[in-house]
Amino acid sequence: MTLLETVNLKKYFGDTHAVDDVNLTIAEGEFISVVGPNGAGKTSLCNVISALLVPDSGRIIFRGSDVTHSSVIERVKAGIARSFQLVNLFDDLTAFDNVALAIFSRDGKIRNMAALADHDRAVAVEADTILEQFGLASKRNEIARDLAQGERKLLDVALAYALRPKLLFLDEPTSGVSTRDKDKIMDTIASVVRAEGITAAIIEHDMDVVFKYSNRIVVMHQGAILAEGTPDAIRNNDQVAMILLGSSGPDAFSRKE
Amino acid sequence: MAIAATGTSSWRITIVSAIILVILAILPQIVDPYQTVLLTYGLIMAIAALGFNLLLGYTGLLSFGHSAYFGTGAYAVAFIARDLGAHSMELYIVGGMLGTLVVAAIFGFVCVRHTRIFFGILTLALSQVLWSLAFKFFWVTGGTDGIRVPYTNLTLVGGLVDFKGAGSFQRFIYAYYYYVLVLFSISTAILWVITHSPFGKALQAIRDNETRARFVGISVRRYRWIAFMISGIFTGLAGILWVPLNGLTTPDILYWPFSGEIVFMTVLGGFRSFTGPIVGAIAFNYLKTYAIASTEYWQLLLGVVLVILVMALPAGIVGTIARLAAKLRRRTK
Repeated sequence: MTLLETVNLKKYFGDTHAVDDVNLTIAEGEFISVVGPNGAGKTSLCNVISALLVPDSGRIIFRGSDVTHSSVIERVKAGIARSFQLVNLFDDLTAFDNVALAIFSRDGKIRNMAALADHDRAVAVEADTILEQFGLASKRNEIARDLAQGERKLLDVALAYALRPKLLFLDEPTSGVSTRDKDKIMDTIASVVRAEGITAAIIEHDMDVVFKYSNRIVVMHQGAILAEGTPDAIRNNDQVAMILLGSSGPDAFSRKE
Repeated sequence: MAIAATGTSSWRITIVSAIILVILAILPQIVDPYQTVLLTYGLIMAIAALGFNLLLGYTGLLSFGHSAYFGTGAYAVAFIARDLGAHSMELYIVGGMLGTLVVAAIFGFVCVRHTRIFFGILTLALSQVLWSLAFKFFWVTGGTDGIRVPYTNLTLVGGLVDFKGAGSFQRFIYAYYYYVLVLFSISTAILWVITHSPFGKALQAIRDNETRARFVGISVRRYRWIAFMISGIFTGLAGILWVPLNGLTTPDILYWPFSGEIVFMTVLGGFRSFTGPIVGAIAFNYLKTYAIASTEYWQLLLGVVLVILVMALPAGIVGTIARLAAKLRRRTK
């Protein structure tokens, strides 16, 4: 079943065609990757879908309804959540409070000003479970600012995940972390997302990561979708290899190391 | 860090507050009446600063116009006393808080559309509008003479306590101190719960990262507006309580330097901790009183203190004590 569909989506910045006539369809339960060289429009696409940017034209259909003109908050309520390439956290709050906030908001309890946040058992249990799933249980009471870069990345994803979205958009969840941490972070994210049956779309540069985790790959170039298909199909696509690696031929992706 | 200590078990907080409350309750029996009056002023300003800090410390909005709400509360009391001839303190409180709510709702609605310096300038400008109204419309407001609200007409607790007859000033001082102490305690408790509620956490989230707050589904502007109104109401309550003690309300309390004093006392105590504004307000009140008593150039003295404070103790009194205590604890471990 189709979860998200973009119809002729466009977003131009002057002469730059950041998103150029993109028709993207994401089916329920998919784990897709959006790849492409720097400036291909991946983050812009993510920004338009998550309502951080307003598209110039085109439509965004989510679960059958047109959300093109709905606000960030309406889209969050509808079930679209995202994480950020440059970590966006509540820096002076603890890891626990960061996650708890998302849960309070999701459950409509965030308006409550007559009860102590720490006394909500259900939220505390769920927040601790999520921290555990993301391997952050031991960091529960640490201020987000004081966490290591890899931990901050995970917390950023955990925050989006805690909203229990239908569609989780992750903008470069492994950028800026060491190669060793990359696998750990992706394993964590992939296992959590699969266990909950959440549809995920990640923007990623690391092709090893992309091939390993996604069921489908969307390749963007100069704002448009250049190719899409299974990891195997993309691996053997010469045009894609040319754009991403600058060389083609069989096994271009495995030669590149 | 005080914000990190939110997980502190609530029984410990209850015990510590109870001890402080007992000390505050006993104090007037030990010190002379003048000190009691000073402390009453201090507690009143503490309510104002606590309200102010809901915006600064918790929502990340620096208002330079909180004199507007303090003044609205004060003038509302004066109007009720003079024009309606009512003398019940409870009536003053209800009427004054409603008046402040209306003003804070309107001003807040305009101001929360902006942040940072734009927000600060707007709050300042709007408070100056009220000041000029109080200043110019002297046939309504008494101009610089202000409006007198003598304590001798005042009744507390629904008319049960009045201050007629001989020795009434002494009785007023003590009764009013306890009256203020009760309202201070209630205000502190309410604001403590608000700042530690999910709503209070949402405000802190907005302070830390507005974009992310929206992306977890928090309507940033609406929450800022609500925080603004709550903040205004408590600062207004302080203005209401201030009038009978001062006996008079003048445009001074609507003027921008008074907003500056509220900022000053909050920073002095430490805006990053809940109790900072309380300590700051009481300390500032003593500081100002003794500065005025000891030198003609008291503003200069306060200025020097502010400079030293910002450079040496950016975390304020409470923030610095908390840091030292944490250091000490680590060393003894």
